[in-house]
Amino acid sequence: MSTIDHALAHEAPHGTLREYLIGFGLSVVLTAIPFWLVMSGALASKQATGFIIMGFAVVQIVVHMIYFLHMNAKSDEGWTMVALVFTLILVVIALAGSLWIMHHLNTNMMPGMMQVP
Amino acid sequence: MTRMLTAAEVEAVAFHDLHEHEHAAGGSTMLGFWIYLMSDCLIFAVLFAMYGVLGASYAGGPTPKELFDLNLVAVNTSMLLLSSITYGFAMLEARRHRVAAAQVWLAITGLFGLAFLGIELFEFHHLILEGAGPQRSAFLSSFFALVGTHGLHVSVGIIWLATLMVQVGKHGVVPANYRRLNCLSLFWHFLDVVWIGVFTIVYLLSTLR
Amino acid sequence: MSTVFGKLSFDALPFHEPILVATFVAVAIGGLAVFAAVTRYRLWGYLWREWFTSIDHKKIGIMYTVLGLVMLLRGFADAIMMRLQQAMAFNGSEGYLPAHHYDQVFTAHGVIMIFFVAMPLVTGLMNYVVPLQIGARDVAFPFLNNFSLWMTVSGALLVMTSLFVGEFARTGWLAYPPLSELQFSPDVGVDYYIWSLQIAGVGTLLSGVNLLATIIKMRAPGMTLMKMPVFTWTALCTNVLIVASFPVLTAVLALLSLDRYVGTNFFTNELGGNPMMYVNLIWIWGHPEVYILILPAFGIFSEVASTFSGKRLFGYSSMVYATVVITILSYLVWLHHFFTMGSGASVNSFFGITTMIISIPTGAKIFNWLFTMYRGRIRFELPMMWTVAFMLTFVIGGMTGVLLAVPPADFVLHNSLFLVAHFHNVIIGGVLFGLFAGINYWFPKAFGFRLDPFWGKVSFWFWVVGFWFAFAPLYVLGLMGVTRRLRYFDDPSLQIWFVIAAFGAVLIALGIGAFLVQVYVTIRRRKALADPTGDPWEGRTLEWSTSSPPPEYNFAFTPIIHDSDAWWDMKQRGYRRPTSGFKPILMPRNTGAGFILAALSTVLGFALIWHIWWLAASSVVALLVVAIHHTFNYEREFRISAEHVRTVEAAR
Repeated sequence: MSTIDHALAHEAPHGTLREYLIGFGLSVVLTAIPFWLVMSGALASKQATGFIIMGFAVVQIVVHMIYFLHMNAKSDEGWTMVALVFTLILVVIALAGSLWIMHHLNTNMMPGMMQVP
Repeated sequence: MTRMLTAAEVEAVAFHDLHEHEHAAGGSTMLGFWIYLMSDCLIFAVLFAMYGVLGASYAGGPTPKELFDLNLVAVNTSMLLLSSITYGFAMLEARRHRVAAAQVWLAITGLFGLAFLGIELFEFHHLILEGAGPQRSAFLSSFFALVGTHGLHVSVGIIWLATLMVQVGKHGVVPANYRRLNCLSLFWHFLDVVWIGVFTIVYLLSTLR
Repeated sequence: MSTVFGKLSFDALPFHEPILVATFVAVAIGGLAVFAAVTRYRLWGYLWREWFTSIDHKKIGIMYTVLGLVMLLRGFADAIMMRLQQAMAFNGSEGYLPAHHYDQVFTAHGVIMIFFVAMPLVTGLMNYVVPLQIGARDVAFPFLNNFSLWMTVSGALLVMTSLFVGEFARTGWLAYPPLSELQFSPDVGVDYYIWSLQIAGVGTLLSGVNLLATIIKMRAPGMTLMKMPVFTWTALCTNVLIVASFPVLTAVLALLSLDRYVGTNFFTNELGGNPMMYVNLIWIWGHPEVYILILPAFGIFSEVASTFSGKRLFGYSSMVYATVVITILSYLVWLHHFFTMGSGASVNSFFGITTMIISIPTGAKIFNWLFTMYRGRIRFELPMMWTVAFMLTFVIGGMTGVLLAVPPADFVLHNSLFLVAHFHNVIIGGVLFGLFAGINYWFPKAFGFRLDPFWGKVSFWFWVVGFWFAFAPLYVLGLMGVTRRLRYFDDPSLQIWFVIAAFGAVLIALGIGAFLVQVYVTIRRRKALADPTGDPWEGRTLEWSTSSPPPEYNFAFTPIIHDSDAWWDMKQRGYRRPTSGFKPILMPRNTGAGFILAALSTVLGFALIWHIWWLAASSVVALLVVAIHHTFNYEREFRISAEHVRTVEAAR
């Protein structure tokens, strides 16, 4: 094998045309539906709409991870997956924790909430 | 103390790699770049957290419903999504050492990226003219910070893309350039992932509120 | 305000502050002396070629350590000034430091000690030791390593500049809004704070990515994760924490700078801003930060305890698990820094409990070190002395931490001198003692001769005794209700405690002085203190298999690992160092690009601080041009010939 091919053989995971097209197609659908749901107001319940479009976002992110970012559990001996999972855990902790704390602070410390014994 | 090994046993246990092959450089680049990308993810997480906490603080000023043009956002989103697939095509061509074809797809990707930025700048300009600039309220501050930071990353990506096009034009798809193309690929698709979060949480959910 | 000079004018120079004028004169004289000496001995070329442009992790590690030690002198000067002021300011006396100056002193003290002393020292040791411990020839990204070093220096330079041009922040080391907002800090102080930390932060983050990739990808064959030295394990977890926490600091400071420069409303009191969000986010960074400081120290203690007890470390697996658990848990405790801000019982109890839980793995480590020492043949060289001092000192600090973790107790003790005593207890007793242990331990490896033991012991005793005199009174004062960061006091009965604390600071000053003498004497006596074998302490890990100092390429042949304590294993099994069959070794070239980029960043920082927009814009452009130009360099490696390797190895 030539030096370039040898180097490429050890390189990062890559996609095929088929994978890119599937990813693209899925992304288009997963984008169009949330936009349509919000812009048309098709569902009566705003809460339900909210949850559905969040769900679509999560699914589309996974689609991007698999078909565009070629995420798999084997690249770099699984370390890319470990790094991703760890980051996601931290993001959830930081987001959930911040929202929880700030909500409590805002509720307890707004003027008018002072409990005078 | 354990018994000393016999000469034969010492021979058998190797403590040094005497026949080491020279490693090709850059074996850690993809992992290193991925780790950097994870750190970038955390920067965006902070900006999303800011938007989550302050996104409803309108300070008596304009609200998302009044400001956001979802049609424009839909167009913008497609620009970015299209740029993702054209970059994918560029990678496929690069892998097969079809330099000219790769360059064409890279250029198209850059154009889609510029279109995205152009539309976004147009949107920002419009908002500022309407008195809905980043100083107006905490909601608008966090909007501009989050969407603006994403836009800044896209700008850096475009500069990087242009630089790489020059370098690929000069040296072809040598291993170093292939690594760089791979890194930019991760960067570019990562920005599209962040955008999914942005259009969902900032534009769609805020309009629903 | 001018277009050419922004906010900069002659008013920025502190001619009216005698202390600063005197300091400037001293620094100028000292600086000129150094400049003259380097010129006279024609060392500029040597310094540039062999050190400043070096991408060798060993040289970079040494330069980080030098930076940390120099900044220690500045940070400690601030400490002496505070102790003096607080000991004096009773019975109507206002002391010698006006509030305007005093507030900058305590802010600078904290910022410098954390960011420009502890971080560089920790990073320096990890940089030097980790590649050697894993059998690698350098880190994964040598150029980035050089760049990270100079970005840290750039940040330190900006902080030092604030002493003579303009002023520093007066907000405390974390610069909480609304005090740090433009309305209440209209001067450049907070801007100096922001930009020096942002620039240094880039360096730190990239260093984290670098060391992580190095440890994951570049271990010698046979070195599985569970055969890594414990210091490398702690370095792994530390760099995970760096990569996972510094982006938060970057984002938060960026948002604060947007508030100050653009007029946004993230942390303001009006138009919907929320200052508590700053506090929340900065501590999401801040708590992992203190674990970034302590974990490498724990790693050092593990290496030292086992080496100087002549025994394998007790409970290797539990040490590893404890480190990983601490790493993860450090993300679940951050609210304990602001229990008193009103989040309520449910939130406070959650974080109080997690904070108490995180003390458990640390306790497990203490037991493991004790069991390592038990029935060992202990040699009380300096590193071991520091380790024992750590165990006695840090444990007390840890216990006061668990006390503070109880929210009702914290309501009384928050922001009191008890808190100040606690964190100095764990940082000095834990981080600093660990760094001194590490410096004494690895100094012979880096330079080929040991540090002078006598002056080391003098320094040790002054430090340990001085620490207790300086901070035990603060525990007492804190329990009596004295608040931190105060400049003068009305209650004369408190003065005696402050005087004792000042005495402790004097002892520590002597300890630092003794350390400087130690370095001087060491250089004078280097032949007597020489380490000819490369293994002066009967070490157990791979770095001791190299010569002292190691050759540029570290290992002529990549080692093959069979067991943890790899070097000990090799010695036990009668290995023999190969003396022939050497091959050429591919190494990265030196480069000046990192230095230049960091220099441009310093200019950019200065320009942003003083609102010199044309200079800021040009620096950004210059940075882009230099960075892009650097990427056009494809010739980044060179070969060390087999002949050269043979010559070097034969000289061992």
